[in-house]
Amino acid sequence: MRYKWRLLLAIVLTIGSNLLALVGPLLSGYAIDAIELGFGKVNFNQVFYYAFWMVIFYITSAGLTYILEVLMITVSRKVTYAMRKDVFNKLLDLPIGYFDVHQTGDVISRITYDIDTINSSLSNDLIQVSSAVITVLGSFLMMLAISPKLVLIFVFTVPISIVMSKYLVKKTRPLFGRRSRKMGELNGFVEEMVSGQKTLRIYDQEENTINKFNVKNKEAVEAYYNAEYYGSMIFPTINLINNVSLACISVFGSLLYLAGEMTIGQISSFVLYSRKFSGPINEMANIMNDLQSALAAAERVFALLDELPEAEDTEEMAELKTVKGNIILENVRFSYDANQVIIRDLSLQVEAGKLVAIVGPTGAGKTTIINLLMRFYDVESGNIYVDGNEVHELTRDSLRKAFAMVLQDTWIFHGSIYENLTYGKENATMEEVVKAAKAARIHSFIEHLPNGYETILSDAGTPISKGQEQLLTIARAMLMDAKMLILDEATSNVDTRTEKKIQEAMRHLMKNKTCFVIAHRLSTIQNADLILVVDRGDVVERGTHEVLMEKAGMYWQLYQAQFD
Amino acid sequence: MKRIMTEYLRPFYRRMAFGVFFKFTGSIMDLFIPYILAYIIDSVIPLNDKNQIYYWGGMMVICAIIGMVFNIVANRMAARVASDATEVIRHDLFSKVMVLSNHQMDAITKPSVISRLTTDTYNVHQMIIRIQRLGVRAPIMLIGGIIVTMTLDPVLAMVLIGIMPIMVVIIILVSKKSIPLFGGFQQAIDGFVRLVREDINGIRVIKALSKTDYEKERFDAINAEVVNREKKARMTVAVIQPAMNVCLNLGLVCVVVVGAYGVNNGTSEVGKILAFMTYFTIILQAVLAISRIFEVWTKATASADRIVRVLDVDDSLEVQVMEEKTKKPFYLEFEDVTFSYNKEEPNLSNISFGLKKGETLGIIGETGSGKSTLLNLLLRLYDADAGTISIDGRNIKSINPRELHKKFGVAFQNDIIFEATINENINLGRNLSDEAIKEAIISAGAKEFVDEKSDKSEEQLTIKGANLSGGQKQRILIARALASRPEILVLDDSSSALDYKTDAAFRKAIKENFEDTTIIIVAQRVSSIRHADHILVLENGMAIGYGKHKHLIKTCEVYREINHSQMGGVL
Repeated sequence: MRYKWRLLLAIVLTIGSNLLALVGPLLSGYAIDAIELGFGKVNFNQVFYYAFWMVIFYITSAGLTYILEVLMITVSRKVTYAMRKDVFNKLLDLPIGYFDVHQTGDVISRITYDIDTINSSLSNDLIQVSSAVITVLGSFLMMLAISPKLVLIFVFTVPISIVMSKYLVKKTRPLFGRRSRKMGELNGFVEEMVSGQKTLRIYDQEENTINKFNVKNKEAVEAYYNAEYYGSMIFPTINLINNVSLACISVFGSLLYLAGEMTIGQISSFVLYSRKFSGPINEMANIMNDLQSALAAAERVFALLDELPEAEDTEEMAELKTVKGNIILENVRFSYDANQVIIRDLSLQVEAGKLVAIVGPTGAGKTTIINLLMRFYDVESGNIYVDGNEVHELTRDSLRKAFAMVLQDTWIFHGSIYENLTYGKENATMEEVVKAAKAARIHSFIEHLPNGYETILSDAGTPISKGQEQLLTIARAMLMDAKMLILDEATSNVDTRTEKKIQEAMRHLMKNKTCFVIAHRLSTIQNADLILVVDRGDVVERGTHEVLMEKAGMYWQLYQAQFD
Repeated sequence: MKRIMTEYLRPFYRRMAFGVFFKFTGSIMDLFIPYILAYIIDSVIPLNDKNQIYYWGGMMVICAIIGMVFNIVANRMAARVASDATEVIRHDLFSKVMVLSNHQMDAITKPSVISRLTTDTYNVHQMIIRIQRLGVRAPIMLIGGIIVTMTLDPVLAMVLIGIMPIMVVIIILVSKKSIPLFGGFQQAIDGFVRLVREDINGIRVIKALSKTDYEKERFDAINAEVVNREKKARMTVAVIQPAMNVCLNLGLVCVVVVGAYGVNNGTSEVGKILAFMTYFTIILQAVLAISRIFEVWTKATASADRIVRVLDVDDSLEVQVMEEKTKKPFYLEFEDVTFSYNKEEPNLSNISFGLKKGETLGIIGETGSGKSTLLNLLLRLYDADAGTISIDGRNIKSINPRELHKKFGVAFQNDIIFEATINENINLGRNLSDEAIKEAIISAGAKEFVDEKSDKSEEQLTIKGANLSGGQKQRILIARALASRPEILVLDDSSSALDYKTDAAFRKAIKENFEDTTIIIVAQRVSSIRHADHILVLENGMAIGYGKHKHLIKTCEVYREINHSQMGGVL
């Protein structure tokens, strides 16, 4: 409720414009009474007098309405902005695990479609609700003033409207929830299939996928229809009740006229007011509809906002400053799910500046060690120390900043090559950038592009290969001056010849840094200070290349396999 | 927009006509009610007959009930039609997307395709419902209201009609201004979605570099832009409602004044003025509804155009009829093939080679040397600019893509793992036997880790295979490629994350179990391809070496260098 003053103003404006509009029928009733005198006897002075005031009131009322609209649009856009911001900020604070189990499409659907739904309903409904309340109350009082007897009719019709609306709303609520959910599922499916479109085409799965899509699509439109099915009953039902009350007013109004208790002008004003009175109640039906879908959407958005973020850094946590790069792992145990222990009991001591290589069969938990070091996931038990500090006692930012990393899955974002390269170090000079690019053997490729370093990389694809993307990320890492370096299959997409060419640079990059290298090409790690061979959550062998070769164990087997 | 209207809604015209009929009748009933009211006041009351009053009151109730029933029926039909039509539109769009060539996909971009399939179809869906609901009722109420007022009192009605052109002009002016504003807004949304998607995909890197604050700022900028554009567009549209209100209410004042003269001269009656005012509110609501339709229409038009643009994309890779060439010595052959993505600098030039059935080709070369491009051409994801590619003597351009793809088993570099079970990921909807899948798992060397999963091969994989390691993913992908026992097996650097031992075992399994299969392996490691029957060395899109391992060691310097760096070199 950051906008309470504006909202208050909005409500005042609403009251104002609606009160002004309410005066209209009253004036017209007076005018009609002046006309009613009949043939040749119309009191024109009176008519003009009231007509003049009608004009004034209507114009002022419209003016206020417009100001109100502008105000509400501003507020609702501000709210949308703030909500999106909150959701996005939350998203970035969530642990990595969240993204491993939620489809991107569904997340996007929440931040766009769901938030939109909430706000369009907020901005419309808030005005409508407040103006409805005013109009209903105002009309009611006016009618009461004109003829308390006729108002009795509403004693019957209004409760019926309320009961009916309540019943229908209760029925539709779960349907709207389902509608949002199905839409999210469809988006998730589309996202996944479009990403894999090439593969699906090669495997001739167009038809199959389309069939699966048809099922999801059907579910989505059916969910929409079902929500609409009951939703569409609300308006006509309420309308019926209003029309019936109009009929009653006509009949009883006529009877009262006959009994001499009302003038025609009064009946006229009463009818106009009763229309005004029922108008918002009609609208309420629509608003209920809107609110239903908004609530459903809100639930999805809040579900995301309620996700537990990575534990926040606390005051006691220290900044990791002047990193040296001594790392100790002590009895570390970790599993992603309870069934499968990934790391059973790992202890390890790495002095600053040393090169540690982690090898082992695929799926042995090599990447997991990196995840723990960077605190993407937290250990189940055991401790990890950097320069003698338990990692849980360090701020995440300072810990992560102490590492530079190059991963197998490269990440290039929509932006210029320059922006992509300086991502880890924004204040890098062009000279530094070129030097890094040259070292990573990607400079001449970049120079050959029409726009050089300003070339925009996007999905629309300058055809830049996976290997080139990896070279870019290596250059990115080179620009950073972190004390610890993680290379997780950093050159897996780079051919060996290029790899050899960048060896010099890599060596330079690794100099004076504590390095963790995961590699399958054993040639790249032979001079590591320590080689860890991991298998099924345990370190089965450790030592230098020579020691391990002599041992003729698992490492030796892995090594020999290259020459098979 | 036109196309959506004519093509997609055509099958529903009859149902829509029914809907219109119901809506029409329902709306007419709504119009009758004030008419009866006027009748009661002007003609029945003077009779002083209570029974007559009750009678007409009863008539009003009957009209109201008919109105409700018909309106409900009409609304439901509208919802049905909208859902059905949207289903078809989405289906067609998705079907089209599934067959887009890589080239076309590159041009539209995936994020944009996704938002067209989701947000845009959703906008159209809403539009179809609203248009039917308001679009029928509002004009009927408007025209009906005008006609009834004409019969009531033509002079007073003229006042009303006089205002109409002013209102039309206002609506047109505002729409003209707001349509481009909404278009720009939609575009901003595209950029917004792209950023969110990008950041979700790069979350590891962002966190590792502690760039979350930077990303938040980047998001902030685009978020603000989206909001501002929308604000501008909606502010413009917001003029309509109060403007309409003013027009109509001023009209109402005119009616009172003109009516006063009429009554004074004896040409009009009070009851008529009274009824007139009721109609005025009805007409006012109708006009407001129409202006709201314009708002929806504006938004939907932008979306519909984006959908149609995808639907209109040509099927570029047509099957061409060609005379079959006489039997060739080779099963799979490249003859002088040249290709360029941007049609300027060639990415492959003059590539020629031939493979007999059951032979293996290894392709090696630097990053960006054209290895993956060669495979793209073979699979006809792109068409070669010059030269021919043939399988079994037939130019691949003359082979039905379906038939062509059936011959292949392919594992791409960083290929996709779907959120499904292991079995489903390997089977990929091809109705393969359990036996075949089991064998493929064994041949791909995946059996060991699959058996360790709690549900074995029924284990559910998470998005993009996040619960698998890189090497495990690759083995699933290889199993996928092997499962149908294809004629041609294509492995695009798909063993890079395998350790040497697994890789070697895998090669052995292939040799033993897939004798008749022609294999093309793209690799970085010499060890993966050194036993191949032929090895093609690529550099800058050109073949700089072709032959067996031993031959290349002697003749091709680049190959020798690669070999040396892997087998002996150190970091």
